[in-house]
Amino acid sequence: MFAHEFMRHALIAGSFVGLACGLVGYFVVLRAQVFAGDALSHVAFTGALAAAVLGLNILAGLFAATILGGIIMGILGDKARADDVTIGSLFAWTLGLGVLFLTIFTTQDSAGNGTAGVRVLFGSIFGLSTTDVRNAVVLAVLAGALLLAIARPLLFASLDTAVAAAQGVPVRALGLVFLALLGLVSAQATQAVGALLLLGLLAAPAGAAHRLTTRPYLGLALSALFSVGSIWIGLTLSYVFPTLPPSSMIIAAAVGVYVLALATTAARDPSAFWLRQANGNVA
Amino acid sequence: MATAMVEAAIFQGLSWNPLADLRELFAYPFMVNALEAGTIVAVMGGVIGWFMVLRRQTFAGHTLSVIAFPGAAAASLAGLPLAVGYFGFCGLGALALAGIAGSRRSLSAESAAIGSLQALALALGFLFVSLYHGVLNGLDSLLFGTFLGITGRQVTVLLAVAAAAVALVAIAARPLFFASVDGDVARARGVPVRALGFGFLLVLGLSVAETSQITGALLVFALLVTPAATAHQLTPRPGLGIALSVALALAVTWLGLALAYFSIYPVGFYVTSLSFGLYLLVRVSRALASRRRTTGQLALEAA
Repeated sequence: MFAHEFMRHALIAGSFVGLACGLVGYFVVLRAQVFAGDALSHVAFTGALAAAVLGLNILAGLFAATILGGIIMGILGDKARADDVTIGSLFAWTLGLGVLFLTIFTTQDSAGNGTAGVRVLFGSIFGLSTTDVRNAVVLAVLAGALLLAIARPLLFASLDTAVAAAQGVPVRALGLVFLALLGLVSAQATQAVGALLLLGLLAAPAGAAHRLTTRPYLGLALSALFSVGSIWIGLTLSYVFPTLPPSSMIIAAAVGVYVLALATTAARDPSAFWLRQANGNVA
Repeated sequence: MATAMVEAAIFQGLSWNPLADLRELFAYPFMVNALEAGTIVAVMGGVIGWFMVLRRQTFAGHTLSVIAFPGAAAASLAGLPLAVGYFGFCGLGALALAGIAGSRRSLSAESAAIGSLQALALALGFLFVSLYHGVLNGLDSLLFGTFLGITGRQVTVLLAVAAAAVALVAIAARPLFFASVDGDVARARGVPVRALGFGFLLVLGLSVAETSQITGALLVFALLVTPAATAHQLTPRPGLGIALSVALALAVTWLGLALAYFSIYPVGFYVTSLSFGLYLLVRVSRALASRRRTTGQLALEAA
């Protein structure tokens, strides 16, 4: 498996993408902003297609669109947390724009390059070049370092916004920086698993980590571990069974980890689980 | 055949005679079907979307609309009619979402669960599509739909589904509104809040499943969320709000279809751009108005 260059590239780039997604995802789930990540993944699709139509570098379009999208959502939203209706309206429009660019792109490029849209939507991790891999590594390290640098105040601001603001933590600025960072990571993950599937890498490993522990740094580590692990499992599965697309397998592995986490926490303390269900019925 | 007619009609552009243009809009059967279907979808989206926005279930709504895609892909893989896949998957999705919402975990756990569900749905969809090699060319239309290839029979089915969905919501409108605005008080007064929440998601899933066959899985969402969000910005009164939401959805759909007819760009682009433009306009004017009000109050207090 390691003899193939494309496989080595996929594993290296995938590990770093997974690392960044796991770290950022932990905070995305903590701040209940998975919907923002969902919207950003569609922004990534539109941005990449827009760049393709305008003849610009697709990568540049991807990054510009997602980082800008993150910042706009932060500004439009209340307290830089972006409420779901605002996000929904914004990204319904983004989808419309995406359709427009897709139409222009496919009619413009009469050679029949209709699969370009599919590539952006679902990724092409087995087709990464050496430059792609280097970019992925550099960006993941950058994003990870930036996130760890703001981790403490961000944690504080996410858990108790009012108290953090009273203590002089720049809550709004942190929220904006975080959304921009999320945009960066989304763009990077789009190359690996595609615009539509990166949500799974943000939500599922982090969701599992939150289920298993309430301690923040342990949770961050677990989330990164699960995310990288799902990429490895997914890539191996897809290598062994070539008909299965890698991005689907990665997400299936990530969701599998999440379901396992749900099951183990429910099994560890079944009475508490069923009590909560019952409480849900009554309270 | 329908596509050939679209090709023939699409590049004619506008003449200088608005009446003739309007008559031309109704001259082709495919256009009449598209207008009828658009009208039905807009009314349904306006009503159900208003409740969706009120209940803050936009993310759940989007997830349901995404689930339609693997449904269609699975049906074409298994050789079943597409409608079976749409309805089956959306029904299952509504069940799962109701389970997630019903377990009453924290907001962050709920959003993680919905996100994982959605990602799984998309991954499955892509898996089915790649297993079924033939459909890859149709992927764009599965995701983005074609307003202009609708048959008369589809319009009839759509009408039946929409009528059922809107009727169900209308019957449950009062308790649903109560439960959405203040769940705890409603529960104390004996309103079956959980059952209502589940029922609403089922109706939402049903309508999304039907709509996505026409607008594609990704754009259903545009007609559900944006007109309703605009209406919520304009008025908090339920009756007026629902009427506004429907009116906005209708206006946007009709205008979008007409614009798409006279140009080469897709319907989805016009519909989403028009509705987002309206939403922004309302948001900005409201922000300006509230700023004027506060400065007015400050001036009064100073005086």
